[in-house]
Amino acid sequence: MSKHNVMEQMICAASRLLENGATVAVGTGAPCAAAMLAQKTHAPDLLILFEAGGVAPILPEMPISVGDSRTFFRGVMATGMCEIMETCQRGLVDYTFLGGAQIDMYGNLNSTVIGPHERPRVRLPGSGGANDFASFCWRTMVITPQDKRRFTRQMDYVTTPGFLSGANAREAAGLPAGTGPYRVITNMAIMDFEETSRRMRVISLHPGFTLEQVLENCGFELLVAERLERTDPPTEVELQILRTQVDPAGYIIGRA
Amino acid sequence: MDVVQRGGGELFTSPDPDGAREFFRSKDKALAPKVMSVRKAVERFIRDGDYLAIGGFGANRIPTAVCHEIVRQKRKGLGFLGHTSTHDFQILAAGETFDRCDVAYVVGLEARGLSPNARRYMESGKVRITENSNYGLSLRLKAAAMGVPFLPARHLMGTDTFAYSPASVVTCPYTGKKLVLQPAVYPDVAAIHVHEADEFGNCRIRGIHISDLDLARACKRLIITCERLVHSDEIRSDPSRTAIPYYLVDAVCEVRYGGYPGCMAHEYFSDEEHLHEWLEVEKDPEAFASFLQANIFGVQDFSEYLERNGGMRKMSRLRRMELRIRAEEGRCGQE
Repeated sequence: MSKHNVMEQMICAASRLLENGATVAVGTGAPCAAAMLAQKTHAPDLLILFEAGGVAPILPEMPISVGDSRTFFRGVMATGMCEIMETCQRGLVDYTFLGGAQIDMYGNLNSTVIGPHERPRVRLPGSGGANDFASFCWRTMVITPQDKRRFTRQMDYVTTPGFLSGANAREAAGLPAGTGPYRVITNMAIMDFEETSRRMRVISLHPGFTLEQVLENCGFELLVAERLERTDPPTEVELQILRTQVDPAGYIIGRA
Repeated sequence: MDVVQRGGGELFTSPDPDGAREFFRSKDKALAPKVMSVRKAVERFIRDGDYLAIGGFGANRIPTAVCHEIVRQKRKGLGFLGHTSTHDFQILAAGETFDRCDVAYVVGLEARGLSPNARRYMESGKVRITENSNYGLSLRLKAAAMGVPFLPARHLMGTDTFAYSPASVVTCPYTGKKLVLQPAVYPDVAAIHVHEADEFGNCRIRGIHISDLDLARACKRLIITCERLVHSDEIRSDPSRTAIPYYLVDAVCEVRYGGYPGCMAHEYFSDEEHLHEWLEVEKDPEAFASFLQANIFGVQDFSEYLERNGGMRKMSRLRRMELRIRAEEGRCGQE
């Protein structure tokens, strides 16, 4: 098996965080690949939900849309968006995976506009289901490459709540208690959020990356865990399943 | 209930349930045949200035023929419910048909990328924009479908999505917790693509229904396109399968492959090549104008568009992809 790329590393790191028996709401792309990989390795009983209404599909291959027919292929139920979102709102869903054009030190995400909302430099799709999932699911995970522009101090717009302005701001705003960002998985490292300030903190470095590189490629001051871990590289088994069963066409892992 | 905060987003439609009740009271509920062409349905039921919603999910079970016809008939000044609207949004933006939009997800085509033309249109200042989330818009439809002015939820709070939404934050009278109220949205008109319908408009949907059950009940006028017309006896043989009853429906149009180039569950998969062609050609406004001329303005109807884009041979291939049937000439979808 040839050497892995950073996308494969990100997907494998994300996949390992999904324990067997957990519930996860996913979108397309890397999150879906991570969920599929988990389902085919250590978490056969992972319950996968898609926002358009697909429940517990046996994913034959990667969906192109979170509403295409693969998202409920051999599933247990084909329902609607309210049912899925309300399952999250009732507290049944452990994880969700999100991304964004900008993220700040509290895990807030922007997928709406770059520049002012009234006259944006770039109009992006908007929340979609991101604000809902991040509000309702217990633990939000973000998979995204990191650089100074994306990991920013100055958000143009907060589409989706992280810990808002930090500390207990999220619950004070009215969002369900005990929810929030859990891990950020980048091309270089894994971050969590420090318990009191709720600021992003480096906890694990991927093989081949140094702490200096991680800090350098971030537009805000990252906290660093006292004991910094090393992320395990993808195993032969993970890589083989990822390349032959999850994404044989290389739609996602071919991008890196 | 104390209102703690109000979102600053413009409310494009009235959430007043009594106005809607008056409308629904006078709506013709006769069990009458409603089969007509897409052209006639759009002529009769979609007017300039209407607030429009499209069923399905972006490039899944969308009424593409209706979207094309709206552009072909040059409807203008529409309001639009951008509830995970992808290829449908791309078509309606191509015709500059709307000038105000409730946004949950627009401009993008999910994993396929962003529509350059839809982006330009949304950045042009020609469209008034109110933000929301997918569940937010689903809930606004659900409120309307229930005949109440709002429904509560526990999202949006603390974000700019709330600040640019028409929602309010209130204090719950029972728990004292903060809640978001989402105002009902009653679209003037909607179009939904379904698998089967009878001549009166009783509809069956296979697979996920997304928000279409509520949309059908929230909208004032409803155009149905269907893969197949079926006899009403078929509907009555198993009424548990009816997703939309006839008295909500104003027009029924039989459009085989009517969700193309999107995916239609159990019928045909999406045509990724053609969707990619849209995204590519949009990069150059001049090339895009001639593409629209060739595919929408210059064709009579949707069947001519299908012919232009591979016809029955292409449709058979997409059908085999969806049904996972290998054809003799090679693996399904790969010959």
